[in-house]
Amino acid sequence: MAEATSGAGVSESRARWKYLDNILHRPGPFTDEEWTPGEPQIETLSRAKILVIGAGGLGCEILKNLALSGFKDIHVIDMDTIDVSNLNRQFLFRHADVGKYKAEVAARFVEKRVKGVKITPYCGKIQDKDEEYYMQFALIVCGLDSIEARRWINATVVGMVDMQNPDSMKPLVDGGTEGLKGQARVIFPTMTSCIECQLDMHAPRAAVPLCTLATIPRQPQHCIEWAHIIAWEEERKDITLDSDDPEHITWLYQKALKRAQEFNIPGVTYSMTQGVVKNIIPAIASTNAIIAASCCNEVFKILTNTNPFLGYPGTDNYMMYTGDESIYTYTFEHMRKPDCPVCSEENLARPLQVDANSTLQEFLDGLAERPESQLKKPSIRSEEKSLYYQFPPDLEQQTRPNLMKKLSELLSDGEEVAITDPAFPLQFKYKLVFKKG
Amino acid sequence: MATDIPPPVQGPTAKERKYDRQLRLWGATGQMALENSHILLINSGPGVVGVETLKNLVLPGVGHFTIQDSAIVSEADLGVNFFLEEEHLGGYRAEHTCNLLKELNPDVEGHFVTEPIEAFIDEPDALQPYTLILVTAPIRPEILTILSEHASNALVPLFYIHSVGFYSHFSIHLPPAFPIVDTHPDPETTTRDIRLLKPWPELLQFARAKTEGLDTMDADDHGHIPYIALLLYFLEKWKEEHEGQPPLNYKEKTAFREMVAKAARSLEGGEENFDEAVAAVLKSLNDPEPSSAVKGLFKEPECLLVKQDSPAFWVIAHAVALFYQKHGVLPLPGSVPDMKARSKDYIELQNIYKAKARKDMAEVLESVRFLERTTMRETPIEERDVETFCKNAAHIKLVRGRPFHVVQAGEKVQWGDRAKSLAQSLAFPDSLLPLYIAFLAFDEFVATHNKNALGGAPKMPGEDHVEVDTEKVAGIAFKILTDLIAEGNTPLEEEDFSTVETKLGEYVKELVRAGGAELHNISAFTGGLVSQEVIKIITEQYIPVDNTCIFDGVRSKTAVIQV
Repeated sequence: MAEATSGAGVSESRARWKYLDNILHRPGPFTDEEWTPGEPQIETLSRAKILVIGAGGLGCEILKNLALSGFKDIHVIDMDTIDVSNLNRQFLFRHADVGKYKAEVAARFVEKRVKGVKITPYCGKIQDKDEEYYMQFALIVCGLDSIEARRWINATVVGMVDMQNPDSMKPLVDGGTEGLKGQARVIFPTMTSCIECQLDMHAPRAAVPLCTLATIPRQPQHCIEWAHIIAWEEERKDITLDSDDPEHITWLYQKALKRAQEFNIPGVTYSMTQGVVKNIIPAIASTNAIIAASCCNEVFKILTNTNPFLGYPGTDNYMMYTGDESIYTYTFEHMRKPDCPVCSEENLARPLQVDANSTLQEFLDGLAERPESQLKKPSIRSEEKSLYYQFPPDLEQQTRPNLMKKLSELLSDGEEVAITDPAFPLQFKYKLVFKKG
Repeated sequence: MATDIPPPVQGPTAKERKYDRQLRLWGATGQMALENSHILLINSGPGVVGVETLKNLVLPGVGHFTIQDSAIVSEADLGVNFFLEEEHLGGYRAEHTCNLLKELNPDVEGHFVTEPIEAFIDEPDALQPYTLILVTAPIRPEILTILSEHASNALVPLFYIHSVGFYSHFSIHLPPAFPIVDTHPDPETTTRDIRLLKPWPELLQFARAKTEGLDTMDADDHGHIPYIALLLYFLEKWKEEHEGQPPLNYKEKTAFREMVAKAARSLEGGEENFDEAVAAVLKSLNDPEPSSAVKGLFKEPECLLVKQDSPAFWVIAHAVALFYQKHGVLPLPGSVPDMKARSKDYIELQNIYKAKARKDMAEVLESVRFLERTTMRETPIEERDVETFCKNAAHIKLVRGRPFHVVQAGEKVQWGDRAKSLAQSLAFPDSLLPLYIAFLAFDEFVATHNKNALGGAPKMPGEDHVEVDTEKVAGIAFKILTDLIAEGNTPLEEEDFSTVETKLGEYVKELVRAGGAELHNISAFTGGLVSQEVIKIITEQYIPVDNTCIFDGVRSKTAVIQV
């Protein structure tokens, strides 16, 4: 200790990085022959600007891990405020912080705990920022709970790649968890499989048909969905439903309970009502710790080259994790999709079999549930004309009658359509082939 | 509007709100078990992995934790441990990590012990208060031996953890019989036992009533027959044409499926209930035969011979085994998948399954009561436990805990009955067993090296002399490898052997490179894994690692092996 405080400038500041320096100063059996240990790596760690998207369960862990990996310049984006149900895992927040912005509180906490790290918070949406903003970072780490936000940032970083400028290629490291399961993946935009290529690994749950909710409920969840979608609309349509308002949840719970009693369906509880209405996914500290650490381990390796990393083209880029039955991980290379609407150069139209007799409305509804599209507000045009546009209002009104028409009335067999959705900066192309028979 | 406001209901408590996201996994009983536990961490080395583990246990609300650690906070701690601050320099690491962990959750009680492990463990009953013990490397083999014996005698789960550079490992020493009833089988991959091939009279009667006049039924009725009734109806028809036999093999099942599909009326959009029936044929037309694991359970000595003080689990297992002997099936779990049906019909069907499950449960309960009387058991087994057992019978899991390796200086590492299968697995391309061997060699080095001549803290390889230590550890590792191959009596092909040798050499090199350092990411990862396993063991839910897990942070791969 005496040595640490009285030593020369450099050794003084490195005393706390004694453990990390063993790795930074020594080559290993898997480091590249060209790799230079020591100073250049320390330099990289202190200069590299890292962006963390999300300051929730994964984000808290990621910020801690990056700070203790020696990174000095970290930015974090999150639009959410702290809720009491975050406290069982989001360990940078205390009870007194409930209601404050996550990004702000998390940044201050880690800065205070780990001396020498600068964390710049932004309390808002990722969509508020433009390419110029994202261009300043060496790498982006995502700890998000929304597929939509992931797809947006993925399309953005892929769109930023300029073949003439190697700095425009921003590695994207992404983590996700659900209960005791999760995944960590690394994307080198345009070089490896991207989040859009991997979309079908996260298929949406099929929605319960409206007629089941309206006429033949069988499960407690059906009664809750009925209260949520139908009863609220009928009885309280002037009040905007706020799933964080206990009075609103209580109202839905009682409606659902009453309906369940009418049909002799057991099992409606307050907690289930909350779970269904807010689409709550179970979340715990341990899974977040595992996935966030895996992401940060890859970030550290990518930027310091202290060991091989996931995502190097032609090698593994995806680690899948399951913890409910023993511990199981599967690490593999997810391959690029040649017809990926985001990262494929040609943006080929994907062939899609459709029923010529189905209406345009039915086709568009189906796009929300198809694992590889998952579009909620699609606008569609054919080679010839606009078929349906959500915006602007007059175009919407003009194209609305098409929704009731059959596909065969609007399109010829094998015709290409282009679909856009305001949530994503990209275009989907499909070649619609009519089913035979 | 005022009249529209509903009367107040009992909303969730403050605790339920805070723990909402985890209660959806392990429920109130799991939470209660967590809150009644007391975890001891015996900390050493850079000391991060144990603290990261505790973080993930304090957050969900473990009852108590205690940190034993005699280290003094140094500058190096601040670069790797999140639960220490500059002002703690020179203080006790146990005290300050404990205090900062306690800040995470006011419901948790934290304690610390700063006396050296040798003195701490020497006190009588020192380990008595703890329900689970975590110990991190480096640790002297004498101490680890004492802990291992305590785990065996007191039936207290013991974890032994390494986190070194990019690699980590942990082994779990569980009690010799560790059964789990609530295993949470994945509803998407496990098939539900709905007894289509062994229906009981009430179910058949329901199916007949719902399918009566099938061909002339009006469209709405036809489209709302629950698929279970449809399948039972068509099974009867099939059996009439096949000498009373149901479709048995794949070919017959496909033909049967065809028969069901053809009976659907051709309407626009098809008939959903028929689609469901068709989709269920291959999955559900199976004999509800228990898995070999469950049948194996019935043959375990504790199950065969129930005594006065047998744990409740074995008494119920014996009663369920009797049920299986008599009926050839396990008690019915009683749940029915959701399906297209009218509300009334579905509820009726649900009640038929529930009633049958209750009847089966009552029979098992009667056997349990009989066993209690004949063994003169003092406290009766709770009915609720019998019910849970019956519901989960098909997925019950028994883990046979055993001590892990404690490497003693100069003694051969023994692999016992696992030697053969482990030696055979060495040549598998993805095997992480060589990494485990490298950790054993690391331990032998630690057992024979001290930080100073007076026998201070154990010294880890690579702290000062990377090359010399690499050679030493590699020498030890190669010996463990050849001993394993000899003990398992499964010589490897020359080519395979040299591949394994190279791999082992690389693992040793990378391990010694770290010089005993922990990388925060690897310790956070491992702390996540260990805390998850602790939670599974304390709540007796989900299936824990049996018994060793290895993580390779260079290639981002894990493996679980039995040693």
